[in-house]
Amino acid sequence: MGDHHHGPAKGLSRWLFTTNHKDIGTMYLWFSFAMFLLGGTFAMIIRAELFQPGMQLVEPAFFNQMTTLHGLVMVFGAIMPSFVGLANWLIPMMIGAPDMALPRLNNWSFWILPPAFLLLASTLFMEGGAPAAGWTFYAPLSTTYAGPSVTIFIFCIHILGVSSIMGSINIIATVMNMRAPGMSYMKMPLFVWTWLITAFLLVAVMPVLAGAVTMMLMDVHFGTSFFSAAGGGDPVLFQHIFWFFGHPEVYIIILPAFGVVSQIIPAFSRKPLFGYDSMVYATAAIAFLSFIVWAHHMYTVGMPVAGELFFMYATMLIAVPTGVKVFNWITTMWRGALTFETPMLFCIGFLVLFTIGGFTGLMLSIAPADFQYHDSYFVVAHFHYVMVAGAVFSMTAAVYFWLPKWCGKMYNETMGKTHFWISFIAFNVTFFPQHFVGLAGMPRRIPDYSLQFADFNMMSSIGAFVYGASQLLFLYNVIATIVAGKPVSDDKVWDGAEGLEWTVATPAPYHTFEVPPKIDPAHAHF
Amino acid sequence: MLRVSRNPAVDTALKLVATAVLMFSFVFVVMVPLYNVLCDALGINGKTSGQAYTAAPAGIDESREITVQFIARNNDGMPWAFNPGDRMLRVHPGAATSTVFHARNPLPKAMVAQAIPSVSPSRAAEYFHKTECFCFNQQPLDGASTAEMPLQFIVDRDLPRDIKTITLSYTLFDVTDMASDAVAAR
Repeated sequence: MGDHHHGPAKGLSRWLFTTNHKDIGTMYLWFSFAMFLLGGTFAMIIRAELFQPGMQLVEPAFFNQMTTLHGLVMVFGAIMPSFVGLANWLIPMMIGAPDMALPRLNNWSFWILPPAFLLLASTLFMEGGAPAAGWTFYAPLSTTYAGPSVTIFIFCIHILGVSSIMGSINIIATVMNMRAPGMSYMKMPLFVWTWLITAFLLVAVMPVLAGAVTMMLMDVHFGTSFFSAAGGGDPVLFQHIFWFFGHPEVYIIILPAFGVVSQIIPAFSRKPLFGYDSMVYATAAIAFLSFIVWAHHMYTVGMPVAGELFFMYATMLIAVPTGVKVFNWITTMWRGALTFETPMLFCIGFLVLFTIGGFTGLMLSIAPADFQYHDSYFVVAHFHYVMVAGAVFSMTAAVYFWLPKWCGKMYNETMGKTHFWISFIAFNVTFFPQHFVGLAGMPRRIPDYSLQFADFNMMSSIGAFVYGASQLLFLYNVIATIVAGKPVSDDKVWDGAEGLEWTVATPAPYHTFEVPPKIDPAHAHF
Repeated sequence: MLRVSRNPAVDTALKLVATAVLMFSFVFVVMVPLYNVLCDALGINGKTSGQAYTAAPAGIDESREITVQFIARNNDGMPWAFNPGDRMLRVHPGAATSTVFHARNPLPKAMVAQAIPSVSPSRAAEYFHKTECFCFNQQPLDGASTAEMPLQFIVDRDLPRDIKTITLSYTLFDVTDMASDAVAAR
């Protein structure tokens, strides 16, 4: 048994060759935070240019590269890998498994990510610049009219698609095969449930994205005409394929966030999650519906009325399972013994702001009204409410919540709360005015705007700078905690926290659950 | 149950890899053809059939006249002069009608063009039959020369009665680079 309980290897090779789910989770989290700062830098350039009307700082072509890279880096580099990192750290500990099912695959799916994003970032220095067709890279803008960087971009998408698919396969294989005896599906923590469903979505739609970029590659280099009207193809086909991937993709981003919130709110309400079963079914329902609503992103392409109506009703239907979730979280808090530590604050912020984003989503789902909102700043405001206040807030909550378990030290609560309030206020200052300029007709992805939008844009930019700066406070708090935080000795860091991850020692040992834990058959769910 | 490996997790993983491969091929072998079939069948995007209409004539509906408008336009960077011979025709449903489009290549080099049709309102697309059209083939044209390109069509007798006007728009694309050698040689 001697060398069975070995600790981590020393030096750089520990991180390069590690197959430990905790190490890999940590690397995913740091990588995604680095990407968050990179994507944030692009956002700061966008907001600096839009601080005042007229052309101020950057060339329009460079502005387009910034909006494109901001979207790509945030979606594929920051949000998605951050939740994969969280899954790596937590899923084995939550289901009582010693590690992920396929540890070497796990190492590989992380290590192909940094080169992919290095390549993508390198296109900034290419002749013709980085991709500039928007993060949705509609053809023919991304094919006929693209610069030479499009080929590298396609290669990057392929690599990170492979990485996502391998990560998802690992998660599914772990959840299906490695649960501790007695941990039935309907006892799994909701974070595990939402990730299981997310992983299935990823396996289903990342290959579709790979197909779309492969067709682009063939159109650009091999003379096919999938998206070129001249050769009998159709640019609208690109939009259908892209959004067939793209709509499930937005749920891929938000479902793990739902899972995080479903773990944290009960802990600080000191009550079990209300409506566990309905949460599971609602998650599955959202995942199913995500496959039949894609064309609500393209109401204005000239669909038949029957198509518009179908996609409109199907989209509105999503509000039902999502509403179930929101009401369940509120009911969990109802008459709970609430305390408002930083993770809880971020979850409540999530709840309020995500619901606002959900409502604007409902407005956008109305096909006749969407003709006005389409491609305006209203859409930008909508998806930042669900992406930033939804995914990023919940991810931040998760870091504050589990960080003491990971490193055995407590973060600075005052600094955490300060981070929350600055983020919350600055986020709203940034994005709430964008609803107004959008409704008044300001188009997205344009480096200049009409004078009437000047005041709101200046507000937006100031909010964005403050929001960006507040993330540095977060970074400082995390590093200060790891280096010199107050040690925590309780296994159960938070008195209301439930779940197997709180039964192991603090900080979590390098190897956990080498012997499966005993699960009390009377325990309802985790 | 199919078992490949002693480790059940590897089996799960292999099934999921197969799913991913299946979804990748799904895009090519299902989504693309299905989209084209649906667009053709339902006239989505105002697409008309790429093949000549060969059904037997079913008689002329003298009770109403449909206005057919013709629009010719060039795609980005296409230098040809491209115009409809008739801007507008009034036709009875069921009657075969002919018209021409004029094209002139002002450049000194031979070029190949492809016209892409679109019918508006898109609901009318499936009732607009072309028995002969220059858009069925790529159109080569020598440098500094002109051509008359024929179009023959029948408006279906079943055209919904609320449609009084049909607009047929052609966009001309420069396909010299991708034109097949056979066309170029002609």
